[in-house]
Amino acid sequence: MNAPVNPQALKAGTSRRELMIGATVVGGALLVGCSPGDLLSIGAKEDFGAFGPFVKIAPDGAVTVISKHIEFGQGNHAGLAAILAEELDADWDRVKVEQAPAIAKVYANLGMGVQGTGGSSAISNSWMQLRNAGAAARAMFVEAAANKWSAPAGEITVKDSVVSHAKSGKTATFAELLPDAAKVTPPKTPTLKDPKAFTLIGSDRVKRKDSLAKSTGTAKFTQDVHMPNMLVAMVAHAPRFGATVASFDATEAKKVKGVVEVYQIPTGVAVVADNTYAAKKGREALKVTWNEDNAEKRGTDKLAADYADWAAGKGPLPEKAKWESFEAKGDLAKAGSGQVFEATYDFPYLAHATMEPMNCVAQVSGGKARLTFGSQIPTVDQLNTAKIVGMLPGAVEIETLFAGGSFGRRANFQSDYVAECVQIAKKVGKDRPVKLVWTREDDMTAGYFRPMVHHRLKIVTDKDGYPTAWTHKVVTQSIMKGSPMPSKGIDETAVEGAKGSPYLKATPNVDGQLMLTDVGAPVLWWRSVGATHTAFVMEHTIDQLAKKAGKDPVAYRLEMYKRAGADRHAAALQLAADKAGWTSPAPAGWTRGVAVHESFGSVVAQVAEVKLVDGTPKVGRVVTAIDCGTAIAKDQVAAQVEGGTCYGLSAALFGKVTLKDGAVEQTNFDTYRVLRNSEAPTVETYIVPSGNAPSGVGEPGTPVIAPAVANAILAMNGQATKSLPFVKA
Amino acid sequence: MATMLDVNGKQVSVNADPDTPLLWVLRDEVGLTGPKFGCGIAQCGACTVLADGSPVRSCSVPVSAAVGMKIATVESLGGSHPLQQAWVKHDVPQCGYCQSGQLMSAAALLAHNPHPSDADIDAAMDGNICRCGTYQRIRAAIKDAATMPAAPASTAA
Repeated sequence: MNAPVNPQALKAGTSRRELMIGATVVGGALLVGCSPGDLLSIGAKEDFGAFGPFVKIAPDGAVTVISKHIEFGQGNHAGLAAILAEELDADWDRVKVEQAPAIAKVYANLGMGVQGTGGSSAISNSWMQLRNAGAAARAMFVEAAANKWSAPAGEITVKDSVVSHAKSGKTATFAELLPDAAKVTPPKTPTLKDPKAFTLIGSDRVKRKDSLAKSTGTAKFTQDVHMPNMLVAMVAHAPRFGATVASFDATEAKKVKGVVEVYQIPTGVAVVADNTYAAKKGREALKVTWNEDNAEKRGTDKLAADYADWAAGKGPLPEKAKWESFEAKGDLAKAGSGQVFEATYDFPYLAHATMEPMNCVAQVSGGKARLTFGSQIPTVDQLNTAKIVGMLPGAVEIETLFAGGSFGRRANFQSDYVAECVQIAKKVGKDRPVKLVWTREDDMTAGYFRPMVHHRLKIVTDKDGYPTAWTHKVVTQSIMKGSPMPSKGIDETAVEGAKGSPYLKATPNVDGQLMLTDVGAPVLWWRSVGATHTAFVMEHTIDQLAKKAGKDPVAYRLEMYKRAGADRHAAALQLAADKAGWTSPAPAGWTRGVAVHESFGSVVAQVAEVKLVDGTPKVGRVVTAIDCGTAIAKDQVAAQVEGGTCYGLSAALFGKVTLKDGAVEQTNFDTYRVLRNSEAPTVETYIVPSGNAPSGVGEPGTPVIAPAVANAILAMNGQATKSLPFVKA
Repeated sequence: MATMLDVNGKQVSVNADPDTPLLWVLRDEVGLTGPKFGCGIAQCGACTVLADGSPVRSCSVPVSAAVGMKIATVESLGGSHPLQQAWVKHDVPQCGYCQSGQLMSAAALLAHNPHPSDADIDAAMDGNICRCGTYQRIRAAIKDAATMPAAPASTAA
């Protein structure tokens, strides 16, 4: 979850994306025609057992599923293991999960072409791969048993890691059959189960495998890495984006007990010490002068005013900026002269603010490098490390640990904090482990924000109140700019969710345009990416149109979905409305709001019960319906909906990063307020029954709550919400 | 200059300067991984430990102030504390980084108030941020743990 790209968008662009990354590494070698995954894996240590790279079976019969995806909260380790265990008929209670090493050609995300987790694609891209891996291993045990017992393979059954032949009454455990099964040639196209025969997938038995470790303090995060002789580093970063080190004086820093050395690196000045607190005190004692000639010095007030002016056609556009069409059809002039609805919406920069601030452990010696940390896109981290150290990317070893959240932050094409750690480890050398620790202040002010966004809409409606013409302008920064995965056409991440919306499908005349701006503050995907703002704009606009038309918001949407052929939207909305009791009055004192949005292949509909307490929205019950295709781990789907809702609500209520003269004003949780326990809603999750392949779950729960709350407020007092967050100070 | 601390019922000798935050002493010197670094200014609660039974943010307590107090981290709960059982039963953790702190705040709550109301839970748990948004499961697990037989005498009680 939490990042790069919509799997569907990837499908079309995969070859080009692979090519760009491959070309970065090996240039002309691509002409040979081997895949980028192969090229990126040269130098990697490969050592898989008899059952291939995705499952290990120990002499005692214990099954370990190898996850190519990082676990940073989204529960994918449970789902991935369950897919393989289902086809293998393994004893689920004894199944363990282990993190794969970085080997792109074996462990690539099939939607990305490189090894990485993002775009809510962990389950969906692994679905057939892990079913096949599990089924192949099962077939090997069946064949071993058939040979041993001289029984037809078709009569042999497997259940809970026990292989049986009913006719002869013979049974054997995986442990007993292991030596023979390991010698069987794995079938190339194993027979998969009929989904109707699934006993584990979709059952309540699919629980997380890491809950105990994460409830005892024993789950290992990067922050917990302790190695012999390890150093701890902190870096003094520039106060403004684009500033560089002019000079520094380390005299006082080096007097701090425990400080070992001070180095200038490309991103600032690094203090390396025996322990964390010494590194911090050393950094405080450091004197750095910054060259701010090329630094970003604009504030967010100025940027917001500019964005609004440009969208309104006021004043000259910035140099090189241009409007690009993201959706166009019909003829706006022929839309007739119905009622006109106009609106603007403003969204601030947002911080990811993961619980574990960014960190990394690196060891560099000569041409060797080893990283130990929560790597979200190992292939990219290998590439960036290889460039610094001067080696083949495949030879960069990465041990991926649990990460304390990401929400998109760790999927970074510059590998920003990783590269910083490698730069320091290279200075230290001798294979000596260096743990880079970012404080909360580093984490919050170093950027990679959800971009600021401005939307401007003008909609003409017919006599029944439905849109006949939809003009839509978006001004924002590009997430994809400068990445090795550039968009072929428009930057989809800036407009996804408006582009492709069923409401635009149902509108005959559409003119959607995007303008990308350049700002020094770095931006990145943030859980649900474009939907973080487009869902709000589309869903809050629809409620305002319904209100103008004097129609019920649910009925108005259902009519639009009918016109658009958006059956999955309609089904999810109907389920949420039914479960929420939409047609009966809300509990006294509460007002309901509804919103629906599709992202990462899944449709989420929510009905939120809201009241205002001293002007601040309080959200109580939130009823959610989600169509995510086949649900592997139902309770983890619910967990992601609950968590995604809290993440979206936190930003909607409080989230705002501002720049003053280019400097970030929020530095920690005292100035960047986030949702706390007493402010969290109670979310009920209902899964729309589906026989489709699994689609995303990590992100789709995030973008719907903000418009649902805004729509409740609209219903309550007639006030539309023009900007987020709801709480202004 | 060695300082003696009482951590999870054991006397440990540490060499950190007196102004060093207890958190970094527990992590870097004592070698515990339960208490986590999240904010450094007592805002997020990831570093929560008990000092003589009361929850404190160890990132903001100098080690000198912890001398003579009984310090308890999540490691002291032993793994089968009712709260830990409930955390597993409800699959509370997502990324898991905040959960040691959540558990210690909850342990202090139940030790002093075995049957907390919703308002009691709000008051006790609002100092612990969870960015994954596991709050409703935390509330459910605390209520569930309150119905379980009490833990065998632990340092948290």
